Amino acid sequence: MIDGLSFLLIGAGGFFYLAGSIGLLRLPDLYSRLHALTKADNLGLGLLVTGSALQLPEPLIVFKLLLIWLAVLAASAASAHLIARHARRQEARP
Amino acid sequence: MLTAHWLYGLTGCLIVALGLRAALLQTSLLRRVVAVNVMGTGVFLVLIAVAYRGPEMPPDPVPHALVLTGIVVAVSATALALALARRLNAEHADE
Amino acid sequence: MSATSLLVFDGLLLVSMVSLAWAALASTDERRSVILFMAFGLVVALAWARLLAPDVALAEAAIGAGLAGALLLTAGREQRQPTPVHGAAGVHKRHDAPLGSALRWAVTSMSAALGGTLAWALAHAFSRGPQDGLAQAVSANLPDSGVSNPVTAVLLNFRAYDTLLELAVLLAAVLGILALGRERPGYAASGPVFDGLVRWLVPVLILTAGYLLWVGAHAPGGAFQAGATLAAAGVVLRLAGRRCIGLPQGTTLRILMSAGVGMFLLIGLALLGFGRPFLGYPAAWAGVLILVIESAAMVAIAVTLVLAFLGGRPQPIRVDALGRAPALPPVAAPSGRTREAMPRAESATAEALERCNEEKVRC
Repeated sequence: MIDGLSFLLIGAGGFFYLAGSIGLLRLPDLYSRLHALTKADNLGLGLLVTGSALQLPEPLIVFKLLLIWLAVLAASAASAHLIARHARRQEARP
Repeated sequence: MLTAHWLYGLTGCLIVALGLRAALLQTSLLRRVVAVNVMGTGVFLVLIAVAYRGPEMPPDPVPHALVLTGIVVAVSATALALALARRLNAEHADE
Repeated sequence: MSATSLLVFDGLLLVSMVSLAWAALASTDERRSVILFMAFGLVVALAWARLLAPDVALAEAAIGAGLAGALLLTAGREQRQPTPVHGAAGVHKRHDAPLGSALRWAVTSMSAALGGTLAWALAHAFSRGPQDGLAQAVSANLPDSGVSNPVTAVLLNFRAYDTLLELAVLLAAVLGILALGRERPGYAASGPVFDGLVRWLVPVLILTAGYLLWVGAHAPGGAFQAGATLAAAGVVLRLAGRRCIGLPQGTTLRILMSAGVGMFLLIGLALLGFGRPFLGYPAAWAGVLILVIESAAMVAIAVTLVLAFLGGRPQPIRVDALGRAPALPPVAAPSGRTREAMPRAESATAEALERCNEEKVRC
């Protein structure tokens, strides 16, 4: 039962990663690509972490995985902001 | 030997060949440095493939230590190469 | 995990690895090539984890993909900023004609021959069966080595001499970098988002470095991964436009740079004085000695990698009465050494400061 739930969650996470990658390839604009990729990848990672957490023996490792997810969340949000801001400035410059 | 040995070992050889070709044919110094790093990674792949002893046994730690040393030495050589490139460009720009 | 699913995973991993390597080497844009190289490094780290090499995976992700990528990106940055005065556009101009196709074919076949020879040697080695002698010696002597992680035992006890020489190579590289010029231009002061990220990221990185150093004795980790994490903290501070990135100046910097080799030599020669072989730790003290050497090595590696990212001699930081340092202008003059460089440098700095002010206004 736990294995089945794990499988579903990790599969869903993989599906979100795939959606993000398709967004990266198909969307027209830098900003929309950034938006799709950041949101989809963060959610995908969260689902992956939850699915893996069900398989792990100790709660301490689950806690570490959650910390990693939070760190990735913050870092990817900041990177997306920086990339978008740089692109904005490149446009504004004549 | 295990399938993993052949797969990873031969891929390492392929990556070494790709890196060498790019290192010799690229004109930009930065791209050459990237190519040499890729070559180095191919060599590490071969070493770690040889160290792998299957999913049950612990791997051989000596090639792991060699690769760890190699990664650090590769990055310091890259840093020195980039500093040399920067200085070369500064000298050429003065001409 | 069943054998076929593992095979599928291996196949996918190797295909993406080779594709990323090919794309990184064949890409026309330099920055794209470096970013693809970083992605290649991360996929390779995944391969290390699959091949049961977690220490190497940590080091590859931190140093091979992360820090090497940062070094390459910051080195490529100078070429994308056009030199303000001299008029030469790209700094990496081609000075020679593009190579003819015959030469390209010759190089391709030579590389293929090298790859083939390597593969033949590999097949020959595999046909002799697994050579386990060293691995068995390591596992037999592991209880006496002072640590329980076999890679750390090999690095810092059984083959400590190799690690000493590796730290000496690092020292030589950083001495070369320092001798070649002044540090690269800094970055503009960061906005609130990046500043907020840096405020909590840097303490977490420092804590993680300490954790990796400590845990390296009994789990994947160790001095190199810890040093790289510490260097990442310095690099992130530099990218945020901070003037003070935690790098000491003057004599303290020199002591820290040579701390790795120095501590090794100190302990090795002291052991010689006590009648033991060079770097032959007594079994009771091995754990403590390894930890001491690893701490010194971590600091030396971190300082070396941050200096490598800076790209040259750090400029002296003057602090005012309140202990604050003035901000560095984001585009500084190129470090030419000829007499003509001086007036050119001043006009370059003036133009650069003007551009920096424009950017701040446009925020």
